[in-house]
Amino acid sequence: MSILEVDNLTVKLPDGADRPFAIEGVTLNVEKGEILCIVGESGSGKSVTAFSVMGLADRRALTPVSGSIKLEGEEILDTTDARLRKLRGEKMGMIFQEPMTALNPVLRVGDQISEMLEIYTDLGQAQRKERVIAAMNDVSLPDPLKMYSSYPHQLSGGQRQRIMIAMALTLEPQLLIADEPTTALDVTTQAEVLALIKDIQKRKGMGVMFITHDFGVVAEIADRVAVMKHGRIIEQGTVDEVLRAPKDDYTKMLIAAVPSMTPPKRAPATGEKALSTDDLVKVYGSPGLLGTGRVVKAVQEVDLTVRRGETLGIVGESGSGKSTVARCIMRLIDPTSGEVLINGENIATLKEGQLRPHRRDIQIVFQDPYRSLNPRRTVGQSIVEGPMNYGIQTGEARERAAELMRVVGLSPDALERFPHQFSGGQRQRICIARALAMEPMILIADEAVSALDVSVQAQVLDLLDDVRKKFDLAMLFITHDLRVAAQICDRILVMNKGEVVETGPTADVYADPQHEYTRALLKAAPGAAL
Amino acid sequence: MSDQATTPIEPTPAATAVKDLSLARIALRNRGVFWGGAILIVIALFAIFGPLFTLDPMELNPTNRLKPPGGAGTFGTDMLGRDVYSRVISGARVSLIVGLVVSVVAVVVGLFLGLIAGYIRLADALIMRLMDGLMSIPAILLAIALIALSGATLGTVVLAIVIPEIPRVVRLVRSVVLTVREEPYVEAAISAGTRVPTILVRHVLPNTIAPLIVQATYICGSAMLTESILGFLGAGSPPEIPSWGNIMSEGRTFFQLTPWIIFFPGICLAVTVLAVNVVGDGLRDTLDPRIARNMR
Repeated sequence: MSILEVDNLTVKLPDGADRPFAIEGVTLNVEKGEILCIVGESGSGKSVTAFSVMGLADRRALTPVSGSIKLEGEEILDTTDARLRKLRGEKMGMIFQEPMTALNPVLRVGDQISEMLEIYTDLGQAQRKERVIAAMNDVSLPDPLKMYSSYPHQLSGGQRQRIMIAMALTLEPQLLIADEPTTALDVTTQAEVLALIKDIQKRKGMGVMFITHDFGVVAEIADRVAVMKHGRIIEQGTVDEVLRAPKDDYTKMLIAAVPSMTPPKRAPATGEKALSTDDLVKVYGSPGLLGTGRVVKAVQEVDLTVRRGETLGIVGESGSGKSTVARCIMRLIDPTSGEVLINGENIATLKEGQLRPHRRDIQIVFQDPYRSLNPRRTVGQSIVEGPMNYGIQTGEARERAAELMRVVGLSPDALERFPHQFSGGQRQRICIARALAMEPMILIADEAVSALDVSVQAQVLDLLDDVRKKFDLAMLFITHDLRVAAQICDRILVMNKGEVVETGPTADVYADPQHEYTRALLKAAPGAAL
Repeated sequence: MSDQATTPIEPTPAATAVKDLSLARIALRNRGVFWGGAILIVIALFAIFGPLFTLDPMELNPTNRLKPPGGAGTFGTDMLGRDVYSRVISGARVSLIVGLVVSVVAVVVGLFLGLIAGYIRLADALIMRLMDGLMSIPAILLAIALIALSGATLGTVVLAIVIPEIPRVVRLVRSVVLTVREEPYVEAAISAGTRVPTILVRHVLPNTIAPLIVQATYICGSAMLTESILGFLGAGSPPEIPSWGNIMSEGRTFFQLTPWIIFFPGICLAVTVLAVNVVGDGLRDTLDPRIARNMR
């Protein structure tokens, strides 16, 4: 019997939204003991589906207009709030993307799990604690007794997500809804959490509705897959059917857009040396007079070289220091010691005034397309700002900006518009145009495609590669995504905890990783089969 | 996909339809801003043009002393036979001028110092410690000290009220600057070689406008109150100026016999400050994005 049956569900968006319905005619079911992955790009309605099932969707903004949602045969669309609350604890559990915000920061995690039992059962305090410890054991948390009285900020991201899973599962619900539960985690942690969800699901025979945007994760975990686009399910089937032989063009496009883990053959770059660092170190904090202060070594003795026409990738997990390297090179922060050589000249210790002429040579594209452009200034104003700082006349700068808009695949009249009128991918193109307007020699892309949907990501990657060739740029490409790195980088540099652990031509590193950490990283990348 | 990358992409039309409502338009849709603003406009019109139609507020008329409202003048007369109505109208001028000047001066000075403190790390500690010091000076003591030094003028009153208000503005601006300076678009401007003053004016300052407008209304309200308190204590504007505080102070001795001398300026003060604060609350609800989201 199906645990969850969603039949022809349509949910209306408030008036004035970009489309009338958040989801339209969605029909799906989750059987006992299976994992259904709902996959789609942002705005596809996958989260609305999950929230509707949980009864968590704000009914004033998102009104279900037709269809039904049946949980173990019980209709939940027209049930009372009190009954819904009961169902949410006992029959379905939910885990969210960001475990830090889903947990209450001022309560001990053990007590937060215990609260579920307090509300839904009449167990005594001692029994509750026993159950909580058992639940924490279930999700393989180390030392549950000690962890019971930890606060969320004392745990790592992976541990917090385990706590969330333990909480969702304390009452042994039949249905687990997971909304992008591993998106905020590092790749190695993600692999562990995915394995855990799969393991628990098998042991307890639950049904899992797993929402994700990542086809790698789908390949790892799914039994069946539903692909959503613009609020509709466009394809549904077993994981093999959908991944191996997709029927719908959109699914085909999505799967094709997932970068391959196998790096293509690339000729070694022979251009002149554009950028190099020598023993670059960044230390935060100071030991203080007594040597008792806290010191964080964010970057330790990094040496790198990028030639013109070459892309060097820096890969690593969060906290590895990869962005700090970029910011030191950009001189957005001052390196503690070491040299940053641009065209042979050390800029690491230059004062702001002496640095200004060098700023032209090196430009950056940031991760978050929504914060990279000043919302109050037109695209044109943002693009000409840099060149005009260096004495180029308005007319000339604007002509050049219009030309660059064509280079990045936007129409020149976009210059008169404001950033909020563009999508994330378009804004990232604008940021690339802004960087190119300075006629730089070196372009740093700091997680420049990480916030984008996979289809848009592929386009922006193509664009970055195009401009690298066209302008003979030395590119420093910083990413946590090994698939992206495989496709765009000539050489890569793997960082862990501020140190470079391995460096070499991309194909060599992927084929035969030397360092243990690199091997772990490559192994953890989801969807090796894709 | 790569062919898509080369064809021009049009901006999404859905996003264009929204926005493009000016700040003032959005604010006026708020009921508090509308009614509070309306009351303030009426009071301002009275303050500006009222004195043209009233008696001389200084004119003594000993035969007509302590007359109740309705007889000699609309609001009655005081112990020297001066017309309370014309004095209250003149008092409105003083209050509005003090409120306006104090909030403008506090905002301008505070904005300047706050931008510097927030953006330039070296200046931060210095400016903020100075502000901590200023904040510890009570306005009333400062006013008495200034008047003792340089005599009672409207200028000294304004100065005494402005000084303790400045640190509040500096703190507000500094906190906005500290968050905005981390924005990637500011870092992009640094990378593009934009000089610090230009970054501050072009990229940082516009983010402070909305919270500053809200803060300015609160400063305005509290400045009018403080001015009246100072006047009432005899430490405010010179006694010959009919400010609301001065009128109430002079009427105090007779207030059991002739309550109207205190009542009318008092009620005017209350209504004006209330209107200013209602406008302030309304502006906060519409301009502060965090609160505005919850209000919808």
